[in-house]
Parts: sequence; C-alpha cells; structure tokens
Amino acid sequence: MTFRKPQHLTLGRLFNHLALLVLVLLWILPTIGLLVSSFRDKDQLAYSGWWTALTTSEQNDWGRTGKAEDQIEKSGNYVISGTILEPGEKTILTFNTNFRNLSAYKSGETMIFKDDSHFTLQADGKYEWVSQKHFTHKRGKRIFYVANVPPSFSLDNYREVLASENVGQSFVNTFTVTIPATIIPIMIAAFAAYAFAWMEFPGRQFLFVCVVGLLVVPLQMSLIPLLTMYNKIGTFFGTEAKSYLGIWLAHTGFGLPLAIYLLRNYMGSLPRDIIESARIDGASHFQIFTRLVLPLSIPALASFCIFQFLWVWNDLLVALVFLGKQDNQIVLTSKLRELLGSRGDNWEILTSSAFISIVVPLLVFFALQRYFVRGLVTGSVK
Amino acid sequence: MLEQLLNALLAVFLGVGACTLYYVGSNFLLDQVFADSGENAVRNSRQRAAIRPWLFLAPALLILSIYLVYPVLETLRLSFYNFGGFEFVGLKNYIWATKNPEFLQAIGNNFMWLIVVPTLSVAFGLAVAVLADKLWWGTIAKSLIFMPMAISFVGASVIWKFVYDYRGPDTDQIGSLNAFVMMFGFEPQAWITLPFWNNFFLMVILVWIQTGFAMVIFSAALRGIPEATLEAARIDGAGEIQLFFKIMIPQIMGTIMVVWTTITIIVLKVFDIVLAMTNGQWNTDVLANLMFDWMFRGGGDSGRGSIVALMILMAVIPIMFWNIRNFRKEEEAR
Repeated sequence: MTFRKPQHLTLGRLFNHLALLVLVLLWILPTIGLLVSSFRDKDQLAYSGWWTALTTSEQNDWGRTGKAEDQIEKSGNYVISGTILEPGEKTILTFNTNFRNLSAYKSGETMIFKDDSHFTLQADGKYEWVSQKHFTHKRGKRIFYVANVPPSFSLDNYREVLASENVGQSFVNTFTVTIPATIIPIMIAAFAAYAFAWMEFPGRQFLFVCVVGLLVVPLQMSLIPLLTMYNKIGTFFGTEAKSYLGIWLAHTGFGLPLAIYLLRNYMGSLPRDIIESARIDGASHFQIFTRLVLPLSIPALASFCIFQFLWVWNDLLVALVFLGKQDNQIVLTSKLRELLGSRGDNWEILTSSAFISIVVPLLVFFALQRYFVRGLVTGSVK
Repeated sequence: MLEQLLNALLAVFLGVGACTLYYVGSNFLLDQVFADSGENAVRNSRQRAAIRPWLFLAPALLILSIYLVYPVLETLRLSFYNFGGFEFVGLKNYIWATKNPEFLQAIGNNFMWLIVVPTLSVAFGLAVAVLADKLWWGTIAKSLIFMPMAISFVGASVIWKFVYDYRGPDTDQIGSLNAFVMMFGFEPQAWITLPFWNNFFLMVILVWIQTGFAMVIFSAALRGIPEATLEAARIDGAGEIQLFFKIMIPQIMGTIMVVWTTITIIVLKVFDIVLAMTNGQWNTDVLANLMFDWMFRGGGDSGRGSIVALMILMAVIPIMFWNIRNFRKEEEAR
C-alpha cells in the first residue's frame, strides 16, 4: 500500500474527475433506472420516467358517485355524499362530468348539473350532491378528474411477480440447476488438473493442448448432437429427455476445459520442492493431492467456483436447450425472456423480475469480488 | 419447492459422493492390486505409476469426449446431411448457406459486432483503468463499472430495453434515451427497430458488460509496468498523453491482445442479447441466434443448424491456434 501525496486540483485533474464521473454515471444509470422502477407504482411507471419518481405527478382518472339509494333527506333537500377517490394520497385538482374538458371545475367549486342539482367536489375526493328533487338514478354518475399523485414506492410489483407469474418457482429452479452444476465439475477438474500438473504419463502435453483448444470451442457446436443424444436416451429409458440431471452434466462438460486449465496453471505454480519432498517421504500421488495440493489450491478453486456459479446462473442457451419450459423446470433467465415476449409492455413485471434474477449474482459478485478479479487476472495476464 | 431444493442438495451429495467413491475407491483398488510389498514390489510400483494418472483423468476425459469432442465431429458430419440427419446430401447445405439472405445478413452483422464490440470495450476499459488509477475514488468507480459483468445477458437486455423504450411523440417518454433526445428538441425514436443502427444499440449492451472485464485486466497489467520505466520517461519530459501511447500501451500490448481475443470469442457466441431484444427481427440477426433458430425451426434442421455452428467455429479456429501457440511458448519458458 502506497500513500499518495495530496495533489492540488489542476485543470487536468479536474478533467480526470469529470471524465470518470461521466463514465461511471453512464454505466450505472441503466441499472438504477431498473431498480427504482421496480419499486414504483405500476400506473406511475407506465406514464412517467423513472427519474421523476421522487416528484409528484399528475394523473387523469375517474370515479363514480353514489346511487339513488344512498340519498338522505336533509332540511328539505336530497343529498348524496361520499368520496370518489380510493383511499390513497391523491389530491384532486380539477374535475368535470365530460372527459373532454377535464379542467372545467377546480376542486372545491360547485358544478350545476342539467337537472339543477349541485355537485361539489373537494380536493380530498369528498363530494356532496344536493338536489331539491328525489334522486332516481340507478348507476352512479361518472366524474372525471385530474389528480396530483405523490411518489409512492412499494413491494407490490415483487409480490405480484412472485405470486402470479411464478418467478419464485423459477428462482428455486435456478438454484436447483446452479448448485450441482458448480460443485460437480470442480471435483472432476481438480483431479485432472493435478494429473496434468504433477504426474508423468504418455501424451500429457498433447492432451493438455487439446484442453486448451477446447477452451474456445463454441457451445453451439455441441447443441444439436447432444440434443439428439438426450432425446435418444430419453426414448430408450422411457424418461423425459429434459431433466435436471441432463443439464448438470451438460454444464459440467462445458465448464471443464476452463476449470482444468485454470487449476492446472495454479497447481503447476506451486513450489516443486514440497511435492517432491512428499514423494520422497513415500506419499502417493493420491495422498499428496488430497492432503497437500487441494488445500493449497483453495484460492483457485474459489475463483473457479465463482466463475461457474455466475456462468450457470446467467446462462440462457443451455437452459433453453436442455430444460423444459414447464413451471417446475423453467429457470429465471428463460422466464425473463418469456416475460419479455408475453408481458413486453408491463414494465412493473419486467423490472421486478429482472431484479430478482440479478440480485443473487450481484451479491456474490460484491461479496467475493476479490477472488473473482484474481481469477480473471491469473487467467488472462501472462 | 422446498422439496425440489432438497432434491438438488441430495444431487450434490450423491454427485460428490459418487465422485469421492470413484476416486478413493479406484486408488485404493490400485494400491491393493499392485501392492507395495511382496516379491513384485518394484514392478508393482511402476505399474501403479503408469495407471494412476489415468484414474485421475478418466472422468474428465470421458465427459470432455461426450460433451465436446464427439459433438464437434458429429456437427461436422451432420453438415453434409439433410434436415433429419439421415440422408447424405453432399455440399447442398453449404450451397444453401452461400445463397441464403438470412445467413449472409447474420454474417454481415456478426462482422460488425466483431469490429465494434472488442474495440469499444478495450478502449473504454483502458480509459477507465488509466483514469481510475489516478483518483482517490478510483476503486469505487472500477467496482461500479465492473458490476455489469455479474448481470446475465437477458437481465442486461431488460435493463437496456427499458432505456430504449419508445412512446409516441405526444406522450411523456419513460425510456431514458428518448427523454434525453427530446431534451435537445429531437424526435423520439423506436431505437430497436431503426434499420441498421439498431445493431449498434444491441452492441452497446455487450460493450456495457465487457468493459468491466477489460478494465480489470488492464488495471492489473498497468500496475505491472515498472515504476522506473514510467519515471524515466517523465524525466525525459514525456507528458501524460505521450506516456500513455508510447510507454503504457506498448508495455501491455500482450494483455490487450488477450483481452481482445477473449471478447472476440464472446462476441461470436452472442445469442441471448439478440434473442431477448429482437429475436433477429429488423435485420439484427447474428449467427448464434440463427443457429438456435434452425435447431428448432420446422421441427429442427440439423444440417443447416450445423452449417451455422461450423461458421462460428471457423471464426474461432485462428484464435484457438494462437492460444495453443502462446501456451507452447510459455511452457518452453518455464
């Protein structure tokens, strides 16, 4: 850790600050917009930008007065009173019975209807409708109004997607895919990596070069043959071709090259002395691996675990091919993609579902950033 | 739901158990069969040494063969067969590909992606790495710019679709880009359907994700430049800009290449973003999405799907050989 001398602000340094600030804002504002929107009231979300979330907005709406049966007689007049607002924090600005001219009457003013009855609407939504004649209407009159809506934030959107869109189930499905698909490959890769790093056998170099080659083979090359194979196996055993076991193994296969590569490089960089002295002491490779190399490789194992976890959690392609779309198999990414198609305009659903799908990776990321960065750097800088 | 999670944990338990059983069991058996004592002790020890590596490697090699090696060969074979994979049709699929406008469009779009995304990601990544290293709040800035790396491509697509959202010109915009554009008095646009330019609006998403990756790697590489080198240049009167272009960039050129190729491979495989944003409509299709499309279109055409997949592989192969060559060089240097 080095201490920097405090530097005074020059024009150049000011430019540095500004440039970085602009970049950071550009990078985080889209995510913040999503996050803020997911907590907003769904009507406000549909009519005003998320950056106005903290200000009061205007909204046009309508309500109904009471029916004839609600009237009471008061000093010779017939009166219907009540409120046309649902409980909330709206305040009425203007109103009319005709929606073409909403600003005709201000709240608190009295509107005289054709039948000479007087209608008074207060800002808080309370109204009084007075007539000298007996009311006979069966349906309440429609009153159109413009109201001020204060900002409102709630967990309603989350409640909705978790309950009615089955996003909660998808969340569990994603975990079901991710946990085994992270842990199984790492064991298999660790043994192979040790063999490549410290054991002598013919073809060692060749096989490892193959692994390096497989590192970049696009997933797309595997999909058609594997799908066919899975279907055949499914038919043969009379089981579903799309199953959790199938996707665990697929993710294991696709994750192995990177796992073997990273772990082998890490294990290979352990000091030769300790491994050779253990050999001389008569330890077998199996003992050296489990008691010595594995504990020493924990940083590399952790890095790979984070990679694989994020990759599997965020994967869409493998899930679309190897898992079904029914409720007990669909993962968050496919669910989100489906919602984009079916509920493309319901931003309250999309924003909250998206946030549910990214919250776990974000937590993992911020909690374990150091391991993640270390893994990336050792994998790339040479 | 709880039951399902328990099943997953059980699977972890069984999977790990089976692996442990295999590794411990096979090694134990090996030690028993070729025992360390008795008259053949020396020969046995040699036998053990010859067999043990394969016990360690077997599961990995088996899975790699099933999930990567065999499918690559099979895809190659399928590219010469008809849609169901039954009838040999020679080069028919290849000829189809050269004439199919969708396919050519996808190649053209992929080509643009290949130029734009790695270039911008590397440029922004370098800029942030250099700027952040000089400022006291650089670590926080880097962390925030790195964050999209953790977000799935689909999640990122939702985030950006919201940014690009379009409402008619007479209503309030809820997409930030259109609101921004209108602030300067321009007409709002339906960005995602805007021919040609919509490709770039999709690329922005991947740049947004990959810049963090580039930045982290460059940041580490820049710290690896010896302070003495920089100091010497400063004493010789180099300004900050000269320092950047004449010292820093050449010093980390190897790293830039690694980052560039890594992002190139990711770009070639880009699928989720296009599927979620447009599903290839409005002339935005790319190879990976087209491949997925043919996999299922009309019950699935394995021949044409394979051709598209092969096209992606072909683009990756030069990088594969470059990687292998680099690896060989490093091994010799060890």
